[in-house]
Amino acid sequence: MLSYTLKRLIQGLITVWFIATATFLAMHAVPGDPLSGAKAMTPEIRQNLEEKYGLDKPMSEQYLIYMGNLARGDLGISFTQKNREVNDIIREHFPVSATLGIMAVVFAGLGGTLFGALTALYRNKWPDTVIMIVVILGISVPSFVFAAFAQLAMVKINGAIGFSLLPVAGWGSVSHIIMPALVLGLGTMAYLTRLMRSSMLEIISSDYIRTANAKGLPPTRIFLKHEMRNAVMPVVTVLGPAIAAITTGSFVVELVFAIPGLGRYFVQAVQQLDYTVIMGTTVFFGAFLVLMVILVDLLYGFIDPRVRVS
Amino acid sequence: MADQQVSASILSDPALQLGAFEPMKSELRVQTLTRPSLSYWQDAWQRLKANKRAILSLYIIIAMLLFTLLGPMVWRVDPAEQDLLQVSSAPGAERSAIIVAPYSAWGILEAPKSADMQSNQAPAHSDTLAPSEAANITGLQLAETATTQQVRLEWQSMAGAADFAVYRNLVKPTGPGTFGLPLGTTGSGEVRRYEDLLDLRPGRFFYSVVAMDTTGGELPQSITLQVKVVNAITLEEAADRQLIKPGETRELGSQVNFALHPMGTDYLGRDMLARLMQGARVSLFIGIAAPVLFVLFGIVYGSVAGFIGGRADQLMMRFADFVVALPFLLFMILFKIAFGIGPGESGIIPLIVAMVILLWPATARLVRGQILQVREEAYVNAARLLGAKTGYLVLRHMIPNTMGVILVTLTFAIPSAIFTEAFLSFIGMGVAAPTASWGSMSNDGIKSMLTHPHELFFPALMISITVLAFNLLGDGLRDALDAKMRSRE
Repeated sequence: MLSYTLKRLIQGLITVWFIATATFLAMHAVPGDPLSGAKAMTPEIRQNLEEKYGLDKPMSEQYLIYMGNLARGDLGISFTQKNREVNDIIREHFPVSATLGIMAVVFAGLGGTLFGALTALYRNKWPDTVIMIVVILGISVPSFVFAAFAQLAMVKINGAIGFSLLPVAGWGSVSHIIMPALVLGLGTMAYLTRLMRSSMLEIISSDYIRTANAKGLPPTRIFLKHEMRNAVMPVVTVLGPAIAAITTGSFVVELVFAIPGLGRYFVQAVQQLDYTVIMGTTVFFGAFLVLMVILVDLLYGFIDPRVRVS
Repeated sequence: MADQQVSASILSDPALQLGAFEPMKSELRVQTLTRPSLSYWQDAWQRLKANKRAILSLYIIIAMLLFTLLGPMVWRVDPAEQDLLQVSSAPGAERSAIIVAPYSAWGILEAPKSADMQSNQAPAHSDTLAPSEAANITGLQLAETATTQQVRLEWQSMAGAADFAVYRNLVKPTGPGTFGLPLGTTGSGEVRRYEDLLDLRPGRFFYSVVAMDTTGGELPQSITLQVKVVNAITLEEAADRQLIKPGETRELGSQVNFALHPMGTDYLGRDMLARLMQGARVSLFIGIAAPVLFVLFGIVYGSVAGFIGGRADQLMMRFADFVVALPFLLFMILFKIAFGIGPGESGIIPLIVAMVILLWPATARLVRGQILQVREEAYVNAARLLGAKTGYLVLRHMIPNTMGVILVTLTFAIPSAIFTEAFLSFIGMGVAAPTASWGSMSNDGIKSMLTHPHELFFPALMISITVLAFNLLGDGLRDALDAKMRSRE
């Protein structure tokens, strides 16, 4: 187990290095540099600035310097925001994105498992039909459309009841999280529901469930210990990639709901070609995702003992 | 041939005479095939045809393609042309307009015709009354027909009000504070008329006039008038916009019809239907071209890796794992910008290139897995024993037998590519500005969602229907093509 974890961590480190290198190359392939966006400057000033930020050095040297700093955990200073360290930007804005993302994953995971199990148990009855219609909607409607209509609906609801049930946009309190998290998690929830449904249907018709029923075990016990625990496996497997999709996909929702998350910073940084912020956010996100996938894989080992053996 | 030789040699055997045999009266009927045998694809097609949802989805997709390919031939409106007479007009909005004379000033600053107006209002009392009582407003009316060119209001009041404030609202005011949009003040208690020129639209409006005291505070006296504003156009402009025939003259006050926009117009007055058709072309082109390209690349990469095997396979798959680990949307944005968009370009090609670079590994993995599986099948071994070359094996056995899975992957990749394009265009990182795509139209529409919901609704509906159709078709194809992946329903 330990050696497996170690092996996965080393693989993860190599992946992060690959991400950093790919980002570096892609970023430097963009025409222009961070200084070209600023107001006109004399060649002398430009030269001084280039020296200050190390842009005058050849690219290979810049790459080595950056990698050295990255290894020490120093992501550098933003080009566009005076003397603001990228580490500080991430420290300030990542918790916002992470809170939103985790809430959305929790919502998607719980909702997907529960609804998936329900549809399988009430197969071809009305709960199945209703939930599957919602699922089809969740898969087919883009999240920004949901976000817009959720806002619109909340404006009407708040107007109709005369006080603010949920805030329409912004960040700061618990009530601010609910709507964006629901909207963000809906697509993933729909996907997980489908997955859970087909997995549950397979389990229900398996021999050991018949045996359990024949033994006269109480139905709730069969449901929780035999059916759910086995059916939830595929859901756990895709949870890692799902977290990835949700956290990196969150900036659309962040934009609509005016949430000060990291995603918005990234879009801004790309527009201004702020090298250090682009590198910092991408590497950080990449490392976060790699870590999540490893954690989910380890978690999988705890839920399913067969994986640990092999 | 062999049978004939055998039977010939038997017949030539003298020991066996023909008469020694009797034809067997068979009681068992020989099993015959009563129906033509079906190939894999024929079978799959029959299964798909039986799936009503999938066939309906197929029709929807064909309709979408016809909409974008043939639509512009039927609906010949330039999607870039701005109809400034109808900006953000909803579908089914009032199109008729009356022809009016060119705008001329109302002479708002000249002294009011106070002599006759005030004479019948008995101004003698005004000195004795408190201002709040004296400033009663009566007789608010239109000085002339209210049009989108101007709304001219006039009213009567006894002296006492120092000023009048004029408001406009979409709903009927219920008291102070609900008068709506403040348009301005008349500037003097003597001026009892007001001309509204501010962003006029056809429809029903409520104009309120509120008396004000010398300090600028509002007095309780107010009056409200419901006004129906109609479209107006000058003769010259109507001729310019080809709403009337060249050379034709119409009298003032006669009616013309504005250009027809079945789905309304957007915030720049561009025809929504024409833009949806153009947007469909962009969205569907990206949505289909990108998946086809990355699936093709994935097939080549995956089958090469699967076929070579060994260390090279390990290395190739490791590389695919790295690409999967890249944060997708972040890299999508980065790559797209790195490929650059020149002035006047739509930015479609960089979008497709970025998608291909980032999305091929999933297909490559899948194809490799399939190839590894098929490689061990008996028929492949048989073909190899018969001396088939590698290229033949891949083309004749490997790829056709993995085709079903690949087709299903492709069908599911299309809606997610349409989604990706919509997301990127929505955050302003997709296609460049003059080009319309459903995503960029949604982005434009969301800004005026509260006042003109149709600008968001139509593109969002198009995205949703198309994505839904491809998803349902994908489900149907999976059920029809792949017995192992068949969803249990």
